[in-house]
Amino acid sequence: METDAEDVPIRVKGLRTAFGDKVIHEDLGLEVKRGEILGVVGGSGSGKSVLLNTILGLKQPDGGSVEIFGQDIRDPQAHSEVERRIGVMFQQGALFSFLTVQENVEAPLLEHTKLTREYVHDLARLKIKLAGLPEDAGCLKPAELSGGMRKRAGVARAIALDPDILFLDEPTAGLDPIAAAEFDDLIRTLRDALGFTVFIITHDLDTLYAICDRVAVVADKKIAAVATIKELERSDHPWIRSYLLGPRGRAAKKEKES
Amino acid sequence: MIAADWHIDEGGGPTLHVSGDWTSLALGDAEGRLGAQAARSLVVQRLDLSALGRIDTAGALLLLRSMAPDADIDFGEREDLQRLIDLVRPALESDTAGKAGVTGVLGFFERFGRQVIGIADDAYQMLVFTGQLIVALGRTLGDPRRLRMTPLVAFMQDAGINGLPIVFIMTFFIGAVIALVGTNLLTTLGVEVFTIQLVGVAILREFGVVITAILLSGRSASSFAAQIGSMRMNQETDAMQVMGVDRFDALVIPRILAALLMMPLMTFCADIGGLAGGLLVSWVTIDISPVFFIQRTLETVDIKHFWIGMCKAPFLALIIAAAGCRHGLMVGGDVQSLGQNVTSAVVQSIFMVIMFDAIFAVIFMALDL
Repeated sequence: METDAEDVPIRVKGLRTAFGDKVIHEDLGLEVKRGEILGVVGGSGSGKSVLLNTILGLKQPDGGSVEIFGQDIRDPQAHSEVERRIGVMFQQGALFSFLTVQENVEAPLLEHTKLTREYVHDLARLKIKLAGLPEDAGCLKPAELSGGMRKRAGVARAIALDPDILFLDEPTAGLDPIAAAEFDDLIRTLRDALGFTVFIITHDLDTLYAICDRVAVVADKKIAAVATIKELERSDHPWIRSYLLGPRGRAAKKEKES
Repeated sequence: MIAADWHIDEGGGPTLHVSGDWTSLALGDAEGRLGAQAARSLVVQRLDLSALGRIDTAGALLLLRSMAPDADIDFGEREDLQRLIDLVRPALESDTAGKAGVTGVLGFFERFGRQVIGIADDAYQMLVFTGQLIVALGRTLGDPRRLRMTPLVAFMQDAGINGLPIVFIMTFFIGAVIALVGTNLLTTLGVEVFTIQLVGVAILREFGVVITAILLSGRSASSFAAQIGSMRMNQETDAMQVMGVDRFDALVIPRILAALLMMPLMTFCADIGGLAGGLLVSWVTIDISPVFFIQRTLETVDIKHFWIGMCKAPFLALIIAAAGCRHGLMVGGDVQSLGQNVTSAVVQSIFMVIMFDAIFAVIFMALDL
């Protein structure tokens, strides 16, 4: 049982979420394997972000269960343990605006570890560098960062505690294609070195082709398919077909093949 | 999770034996102790990783720092550690001391200097804003169709009418307190009937308008600053600008005119409240009948006191609303500057209200009023 929980860090079973009468997910099931990069795609309004919020415990599910490392997220005791093993980068970075980047990265370390202040300082500097930010970015406030730097700072904070699962909400949205490709590389490099599981919500077809091991498609209130991108290309689900085989999808595929 | 631990075997080139989980959560005080060890400049040449459990970047960084730079690390079977070290080492090599902030006496002077420049800059910005405001007001007077009636009426309701009850209640209590203190003092002189005059003059001339202004600062300067500031954060003002909508016409003028139009009404309401408070207290404590109170007020309190209070109202309203709008427009992209600007909108408008009230007092004195 223990090994099973470690091999499938995220397990969603029969999930139902609704806002009033509007049902977002009905009987949604999803398993994320350890060490993989899972891309989650779906049309706007299909409930990708709601799914993320439910997995993170920010929204209560209306039915079904969400387990992280075999622990039900509704159990508050288990949840505080799980919190230390996950890192999240929100869409806008969600950096604390009254702290510098350096202090943002230090915050989870100071909160959860017993390390000395000097070491936390050095460790935060290391994380900022690992996230690909220039050294002097540490003393800037989030408002002074560009969009791409803010995302990197968000990653630096998300990996502060060396999480076992990293959640990324549209990491490449709003980045230029070069910066987005660099960001994809960054995520893959970090995953290979640190060995965490990555859960990415994205619209970016290039990201799917470049780094995702598997892709989960949210459609019709559930996960319509979970497979590698190659397998998805052969799917006859109408949304998946128009998504992957539309002009943008073909361009991304061509680029990958060339 | 097994707590991290280590010991150093000094025989034949110091060897660091590590055990337990070397993760940020499990390191505990092992890091502090190893740091103290490194300070004694004992250079570790070899690593024994046989008892090492899990390890993350926090542990890898610590291992790297405790080793001699040229030390040879044998990772054995630990491929994960090899990858971690490969990731951390290049980042560590380019590690130079960060820019330290200026501290101590020099830091004090630096902050002080920045504050002085900040004040000068603020004063300049205030002049710029005043100029822009005058131009915008002139433009509106020249072409009244530019005036946006819907927001004007909404702000009149919000800042003015909705504030009337609280203004009335506040000055009611102020009037009551003046009457109480006045009767106490004047009874000892045997002239308690002058309480009526005291209340009348104090409320009509000073307190009615100043209390209203302070209330307007707290209620409306802050909300103007917060409303405009959050529009700034949301880039709504930028959107207006590119659409060719003048920010002053759309945001500032309606708010300032609303305050300007409603402040006299609020002041009037405050005057009535203050007199009512005085009337009630005089009736209860020194048994002056309401009819006598009103009659005596009409006879002894010159109407000029009422007009002096009233004529200050529009000036103070202008100051308050302008401070609110100006600070709203100064908000940058972040939450912190929103908070700062809302605070300084209130502080600055209350400060200016008191200052201008003092200036008015001097002017009226010189005019013998």
